[in-house]
Amino acid sequence: MAARLEGGVGADGGADLHLERVSKTFGPAVAVDDLTLTVPSGSFFALLGPSGCGKTTTLRMVAGLEAPTAGRVLIGGRDVTATRSHQRPVNTVFQSYALFPHMDVLANVAFGLKRRGKKDAVRSAREALELVELGHLAGRRPGQLSGGQQQRVALARALVNRPAVLLLDEPLGALDLKLRRQMQGELTRIQDDVGITFLHVTHDQEEAMTMADEVAVMNAGQVEQMGPPEELYDLPRTSFVANFLGQSNLLQGEVVGERGGALEVSLPGGGRAVLPSARAAATSGSVVVGVRPEKVHLIPQAVDGSDGSRDLDEGHGAANDLGTGRVVDVAFAGVSTQYVVDVPGAGRLSVFAQNLGSSVRVRRGDQVRLACAPDHMFGLAGDADLSAGLGTSGTGGDAAASSSPAASDEPVRAG
Amino acid sequence: MSALAGLQGSASAQDVQEQRDAAGGGRRWLPYLLLAPGLVWLAIFFLAPIVLLATTSLQSPVPDGGVGAYQPAFQVSNYTEAIADYWPWFARSLTYGLVATALALVIGYPLAYVIAVRARARPLLQQLLLVAVIAPFFVSFVLRTIAWRQVLADESLVVQSLKALSVLPEGARLTATPVAVIAGLTYNFIPFMTLPIYASLERLDQRLLEAGGDLYAGPLTTFTHITFPLSLPGVVAGTLLTFIPATGDYVNAAILGGPSSSMIGNVIESRFFRVVDYPTAAALSFMLMAGILVLVMLYVRRAGTEELL
Repeated sequence: MAARLEGGVGADGGADLHLERVSKTFGPAVAVDDLTLTVPSGSFFALLGPSGCGKTTTLRMVAGLEAPTAGRVLIGGRDVTATRSHQRPVNTVFQSYALFPHMDVLANVAFGLKRRGKKDAVRSAREALELVELGHLAGRRPGQLSGGQQQRVALARALVNRPAVLLLDEPLGALDLKLRRQMQGELTRIQDDVGITFLHVTHDQEEAMTMADEVAVMNAGQVEQMGPPEELYDLPRTSFVANFLGQSNLLQGEVVGERGGALEVSLPGGGRAVLPSARAAATSGSVVVGVRPEKVHLIPQAVDGSDGSRDLDEGHGAANDLGTGRVVDVAFAGVSTQYVVDVPGAGRLSVFAQNLGSSVRVRRGDQVRLACAPDHMFGLAGDADLSAGLGTSGTGGDAAASSSPAASDEPVRAG
Repeated sequence: MSALAGLQGSASAQDVQEQRDAAGGGRRWLPYLLLAPGLVWLAIFFLAPIVLLATTSLQSPVPDGGVGAYQPAFQVSNYTEAIADYWPWFARSLTYGLVATALALVIGYPLAYVIAVRARARPLLQQLLLVAVIAPFFVSFVLRTIAWRQVLADESLVVQSLKALSVLPEGARLTATPVAVIAGLTYNFIPFMTLPIYASLERLDQRLLEAGGDLYAGPLTTFTHITFPLSLPGVVAGTLLTFIPATGDYVNAAILGGPSSSMIGNVIESRFFRVVDYPTAAALSFMLMAGILVLVMLYVRRAGTEELL
């Protein structure tokens, strides 16, 4: 199966991909704006962003289906900017699958190998079909397959060529939730097996986090932040990332002092928070502080105003007081319960509490105090737009169904 | 979409089937009622003439009768004599038909491709080009062919220029030659070739071409392996719509051709209307029909388009 592609790029283990100051404009519209990106060889890299953020255009420029207005594309160190798609050692799994309707499944999969004059094209194609467990459907036409099967054929058709980089353009977008979960697992397994560099474009934050080694969050043609999913989730550097990748409670605060590497911030709800200076983008003046909903603790307040369960915050070292408010919404989601708490002055904050069976039940209308650990807070620039990435959150359409239960899984993984 | 939705889908299809069965009793005649006008029309204007033609083709002359007097018979020799006398016209008609079809394909395919694919992003241009293809239909077939006689006449600009360029030797002419007949046939049938191909290419998914490029196929390979096979239904329809009427055509040969370039249609016409030899004319008509039918069936089978349609 070891294949060497034109231009001497060793396909085994994939090649690294480097985008150097790439821009793409369509008339007056800027799709990709001065983007620089390095995808390490053999990694599973996700480009995550809302629709229209330029992620698909970026992918198409790597595939050679779109020519950059400026900048260079390098695959395995070779500049391929001026080459056309059929000359590049990359293959794409298209969102629409784009299977050839006039050929059977086997011919579809063997297409790329035959174009490159491989001797045992048909045998390799059969092996690739076995890899995606569709060997028994080799003689069918794409039109006779289900969406999930077509998706696998598209994957086999791209993978069989052993490209230096495999491009995946929202390949799971058209599948239903259950099938998508299954394919997510399968894609990760296949990537482990073949070791090819995967560049996966998606608007589904959960998909990006579960599958990729590294995620670049894109917004308006630029990369907002790049890194391993845990890192992006734990320490988002912009409000867009904080809101788009998972959920965040963002509060506009004011730095009141710094002591021993810890920043003290006064919060609008009257609360006061301390967080490590290293986790803050600004260390003076105005600052936006944030915390993930599952890292906020609910402390029920007795009618007389005293804490109903003091043990809770002692147990978690939840030293930061985010304010006191009234529970306005309670949603049970199996693994966790999601609360929305209206804190006067600070707005509505959300809290995900794991349903461990031991915690005190909180009902709508209850008065609660919110607390969190200093190490769980992050600080963003003071002028950050608190609602950036909210309307476009990676949970639109079908994904909405997938992400609410997914959100309740997040504490387990990210914590 | 999901397995569940799939189940629901099949369940509802079943419901519909049951409803149809339940309500079906009284409605079963409806399709036949809708078919009736067409069937009656075909019976009167297609089936009856065919039967008449068949009987005519086997008639024998009335002994000592006048010109055009024939009696019912079973004279198969009408066929053998007709083929013996007129096979060169058959051969010529098939040749002209094939050449004209090939030329119409060579001209019509790129035309259809430009209109359907290249002009896709500009709807106004696409509409204008389509109108330009269809516009000749606003002028009668015969008039257009007569106009071509002017275009190809000895004193015409075309002939004068060709002579000036020494493409055409001095003293040569285009009218009354096979060139003129084939040119006329090609011209007259180009829209019949272009429109079905356009209809096929118009549905062509551009993303399939991108997939071809992504899978190492250059532009030419992408065309031969993806674009052309996917437009095959249009190509087959276009070639049939051109070849069948072109082979049986007699207007082009009558107006643009001479004695050496007349086609089987001209022979049938003169047998029917001038010589009043009905049996021979009918036998020739039948053989032309059968010949074209056999060729078309072989062609369609060879093109293997039934699975594409």
